Amino acid sequence: MSALLDVEDLVVRFATPGGEHTAVRGVSFSVRAGERVGIVGESGSGKSVTAQAVLRLLGPAATVAGGAVRFDGRDVLAFDRGELRRWRGAQAAMVFQDPLSSLNPLVRIGRQVTETLREHLGLDRRAATAKAAELLASVGIPDAAARLREYPMTFSGGMRQRVAIAIAISCAPRLLIADEPTTALDVTVQAQVLDLMDGMTADLGTAVVLISHDLGVVSTFCDRVLVMYAGRVVESGTADQIVEDPRHPYTRALLASIPSLEGELPRRLPSIPGTPPQPGRAHTGCAFADRCPLAADVCRAEDPEPLELGDGRLAACHFADRSAG
Amino acid sequence: MTAPIEVPGLETAPPRRPLRQAWRSLLRDIPALISIVALILLALAALLAPVLAPHDPLRTYAEGLTDQGAPVAPGGGFPLGTDPNGRDVLSRLLYGARVSLTIGVFANGLATLVGVAVGITAGYFGGRVDTVVSRITDVVMSFPILLFCVALITVTGPSQRNVVLVIALIYWTYLARIIRGMVLSLREREFVTATRTLGVSTVRILFRHILPHLVPAIIVYATLGVASSILIESSLSFLGVGVPVPEASWGQMIDDGRKYYEAAPWLLFAPGVCLIVTVLAFNLAGDWLRDLLDPTAPERR
Repeated sequence: MSALLDVEDLVVRFATPGGEHTAVRGVSFSVRAGERVGIVGESGSGKSVTAQAVLRLLGPAATVAGGAVRFDGRDVLAFDRGELRRWRGAQAAMVFQDPLSSLNPLVRIGRQVTETLREHLGLDRRAATAKAAELLASVGIPDAAARLREYPMTFSGGMRQRVAIAIAISCAPRLLIADEPTTALDVTVQAQVLDLMDGMTADLGTAVVLISHDLGVVSTFCDRVLVMYAGRVVESGTADQIVEDPRHPYTRALLASIPSLEGELPRRLPSIPGTPPQPGRAHTGCAFADRCPLAADVCRAEDPEPLELGDGRLAACHFADRSAG
Repeated sequence: MTAPIEVPGLETAPPRRPLRQAWRSLLRDIPALISIVALILLALAALLAPVLAPHDPLRTYAEGLTDQGAPVAPGGGFPLGTDPNGRDVLSRLLYGARVSLTIGVFANGLATLVGVAVGITAGYFGGRVDTVVSRITDVVMSFPILLFCVALITVTGPSQRNVVLVIALIYWTYLARIIRGMVLSLREREFVTATRTLGVSTVRILFRHILPHLVPAIIVYATLGVASSILIESSLSFLGVGVPVPEASWGQMIDDGRKYYEAAPWLLFAPGVCLIVTVLAFNLAGDWLRDLLDPTAPERR
């Protein structure tokens, strides 16, 4: 089965005043056409950096130090500027976390929507405007034609994220990367926006990479889930497998920290003890060892390789073959 | 999106009328209205100087001097009096407006264009381009402005065109610096990244997405710069390397008038008031223009 997006052993390094540190340490995954893949992990686990590397958005301080990114068999890391411009927006698009800052406050909504249409589909102004109004209406913005003339400040947060989604899918891209698209929104709006993304991408057959720290959101929306920790994928599998039978102790800890809806809430919400390893600090062994209830001497000595568990499941733990028990 | 969605109002929405909007906001802003009227009158006065001037600005009139050889006070045949050479002050003011406005508008316009273009390029692309541009601006800014102008004009020869070019050559660095700094922070804003992920070309990002954020700063600097340019020209004239005598410019007239301040105050006041009015009018009109062009200003809602 050929993959739409194929990320292989991706390594991203940041140059900092204190020396280089590796934010992404050999991440591999692939996304098939129309598939939905979730990436979960806490802040600093490298999930956003991975997404930025895929779309070639890394700043000057960061470099892809190794690995490959292939889109439809083409080497994305080798694209020149023209190829990159034709690819982004048309084939691959992104939705950002904060819709307040991802729309230009001084540019009318209409122009922000039509720009992409004109750039990639070659529509003239009239056709692009008509299509833009249609797009806004389809993401549930009332009175779409009139609102094209307005500036983002007249839109609420949820509305802006709808606009951002409309822009991202305007050219029917084959891949949509959504980096915490609902984190900045109210809980009630979150569900609407996720539903919208669900509907729009299903209609277009667009594959989605959803990045979130919320395992609940990811597991309901996605077919497959990658769990990242300290720049590595520590576990991957289908959403059901991950939720029902987590093999990596970190995934288990993440699941355990979701408060249950049944019974009384505990006085203190459950959390994972300790903190992730400091970026840039060298460590031997498993990066999770210091916080892991299962940690043994072997964990501190050698970094576990991803272990094939059957059904396409992977877990990078010395004790992955043991079920939770 | 299989079936086309009916979008009501797409064809019937009223067209935008930027001119009407400008006019309405002008009526609400009386100082700006007065400023714009003043600027129009000034421009007309400069254009029509040969028609409006009651006398020849360069000629010494016998009746322009008293028996003691002193300048004549305002009134009578010389509405604003005469200068120590017996020339009509009003006529000289009108002709001087041509020089001062030309220099204020052109020197500063040129400096603004160059400064914005260079500043955006340096700020957005960074790297070596930025280093080179920043060092050039450092060098230019480290010279005392007047000394630099004097040196350049001594080499190129005093003429109105050279004064314009030399002032522009110095002033673009200030705007370039400010614009570069603003672009440096703007290019890290998420909407710029978002626009890049949509495959929008760099030129469009610079002019459609970044330039609108720079407009307020550009307007403020450009209007303040008109005043500075006129003043620099007057200093140059004072040092004898500005617009060549006997042609009149306001700065030159102020400097001449200073010497006779107690005996003939009108020599200082007449061009001084013109200069103040011009500078003030440019600044107030600039403020209005900035508000007009700011889509986030509450007044327009």
